[in-house]
Amino acid sequence: MDFDLSDTQAAVVATARAVARDVVAPRAREGDRTGRFPSDIIRELGKVGLLAVNVPEELGGAAAGPVAYVLAMMEIAAADCAVAVTMAVTNMVGEVIARFGTPEQAQRCCPRLASAEWLAGSFALSEPQAGSDATALATRAERRGDRWVLNGEKQWITSGDQAGVIVVWARSAPGPGAQGITAFLVEAGTPGLHVGRHEQKMGIRASSTVSLAFEDCAIPDSAVLGQVGEGFKIAMAALDGGRTGIASQATGTIRAALDAATQYARDRRAFGQPIAEFQAIRFMLADMRTDHDAARLMTLRAAALKEAGRPFTREASMAKLFASEASQRAVSKAVQVHGGYGYVDEFSVERLFRDARVQTLYEGTSEIQRLVIARELLR
Amino acid sequence: MDIELSEEQRQVRDLCREFADAELKPHARRWDAEHAFPRQAVQKLGEMGLLGVAVPAEWGGAGMDSVSYAVAMEEISRGCAGTGVIMSVNNSLYCDPVLKYGTDEQKREFLQPFARGEKLGAFALTEPMSGSDAAEMRTTAALRGEDYVLSGSKNYITNGPQADVILVFAMTDPAKAHKGISAFLVPSDAKGFTRGKPDEKVGIRASGSCTVFFEDCVVPRRFRLGQEGDGFKIAMSTLDGGRIGIAAQALGIARAAHEEAVAYAKDRKAFGKPIASFQAIQFMLADMATEIDAARLLVWRAATLKDRGVRFSAEAAMAKVFASEMSERVTSKAIQVHGGLGYMKECDAERHWRDSRITQIYEGTSEIQRIVISSALLK
Repeated sequence: MDFDLSDTQAAVVATARAVARDVVAPRAREGDRTGRFPSDIIRELGKVGLLAVNVPEELGGAAAGPVAYVLAMMEIAAADCAVAVTMAVTNMVGEVIARFGTPEQAQRCCPRLASAEWLAGSFALSEPQAGSDATALATRAERRGDRWVLNGEKQWITSGDQAGVIVVWARSAPGPGAQGITAFLVEAGTPGLHVGRHEQKMGIRASSTVSLAFEDCAIPDSAVLGQVGEGFKIAMAALDGGRTGIASQATGTIRAALDAATQYARDRRAFGQPIAEFQAIRFMLADMRTDHDAARLMTLRAAALKEAGRPFTREASMAKLFASEASQRAVSKAVQVHGGYGYVDEFSVERLFRDARVQTLYEGTSEIQRLVIARELLR
Repeated sequence: MDIELSEEQRQVRDLCREFADAELKPHARRWDAEHAFPRQAVQKLGEMGLLGVAVPAEWGGAGMDSVSYAVAMEEISRGCAGTGVIMSVNNSLYCDPVLKYGTDEQKREFLQPFARGEKLGAFALTEPMSGSDAAEMRTTAALRGEDYVLSGSKNYITNGPQADVILVFAMTDPAKAHKGISAFLVPSDAKGFTRGKPDEKVGIRASGSCTVFFEDCVVPRRFRLGQEGDGFKIAMSTLDGGRIGIAAQALGIARAAHEEAVAYAKDRKAFGKPIASFQAIQFMLADMATEIDAARLLVWRAATLKDRGVRFSAEAAMAKVFASEMSERVTSKAIQVHGGLGYMKECDAERHWRDSRITQIYEGTSEIQRIVISSALLK
């Protein structure tokens, strides 16, 4: 049993921590205010290999492995959730193309995603009428001559307007359920691909969330990712890794909340002493710390299994469920510790509170995670 | 990063699991009903080396690491929580401090037979007027020639009714407050030592506890453990390790409850289908499994740090507070899954719930654990 970081992992953490401190954290408040996509920050992440942590070197990646990836995510997320989720999705897309794509697809997409030449990758699964019920997706892929033609709409697509390439899931055959779904690589600028509404979100506002419309969007055979009809399997494999990413994002959020609350508790005086002297406050901090450490360990466990090439679906779901729900508790406590100051934007905790809320919703709601876990239990 | 059991640790797990299934589970309900000490089972534990798991072989123990100890504790406690605490006290609260602070002579007399399971140890810190506030103890030890004379009483002493030797903490210099506490190895046949009736407890009823009285109890000078004034330090460092044991006990109790709930849910039909088909039940089972896994990781982390010889007080406290509170939630949900049957003595769910409750109290209440954690945070 070994909880230590390898040299590579330690190096990735050091890099991520430095970028988080010097580049990401100072811009978090402004990013939330303006909602502007932080292109320059993304380029900085690209320069130090953080956009393709688990992608092979020959494809431009850092090849540092899933454990290094979650560790890096924790650092970036503690500085800014919006940058972290952008980084997470781009990593996930690069990894899925490296794993399931042809050499041509991988060579075209992965280095550009890794370097931020393409500012992002996107993952287009959800639709207005199909979120948790993913196989109910209605976007169609019809064969016309030697092309595939996509028609439909995707919702909640992170970085959809910034992405150089979007992985799009569409129905190429009637089904039932997961059968007959194919994944396609659609590049920005493809005729028939339209970026729709730019969502105004409660939090992670510097992350771009858009709807996408496909109107007779024609793409060649070479755009099929993996096998025709095997798209859902690809989505599920990608989401396993994606869940470790969100678990690590939530873990970073808990740490940020704890650090902020601890600092405030030391500074703020009431009844003649720092409020950090009162047990009620101390106990809140203790609980946040315990939750943080549990979330971190659950995330590392899932990532370590992935790195060892072992099945990790249940562990990834558990990590995502636990960390995201612990994150809700932590940010709420952090606001509480700040009293009234927790409700105004002079302090960062109200932003953490808003940023954290989505963590139990995306990449599989908590309900979906519970279904996944229960299914494994009751097998 | 490798968060899995080694081959040897898996063997310990399997051995203990088999033992628990064969020798503990079939009798646990009866021992609980009769408040009966599981003498034969404890003897067998001793023969298997489980009463001195982490004691080196040269001193009669199994010579294993702390993770193996935690694994063994979880498995034994899953079979019978009372047997688990009997084992934990002997291992963590008795053998460990004698190993760490004893002279070779003391180890020969007071460690070897206990690690081998030939004799049973206990730990007496708590008094009627001092539990959490351990430094406020009133039992005194006055030096008289070549002997110490102890005066006072200790209560709620696990293994008290059966112990051959009890590690007793007493004031040798009241003027020095907690620095005036010393530790003594008191044989149960010492002059002036008497035991009260076994306590009537809500749970862990296979484990016996009682009040012990020292009325001019004479103990040779060479039975003092460590130097005069070392007692508090010995007690606190001992409890760090004990917390790992209790956290593992809580884990075992929770796992027993969870396994039975899963089995019941698959079997019990309502509204035309197994209740495991209903999301409410699935989600409860999923949450239980997730929390159990999180608790286990915290336990293993603390155990790993202990073996490394670094400070692990905060980590042990996190494991203990999390696992114990988790065990109440999990055992309560397990009763709920069983419905009315969960309230009946013919089903084990109610015993697990009763057994779990003490884990939030002994070896440092949850409040004390939070004090330890927050003090580490706010250092």
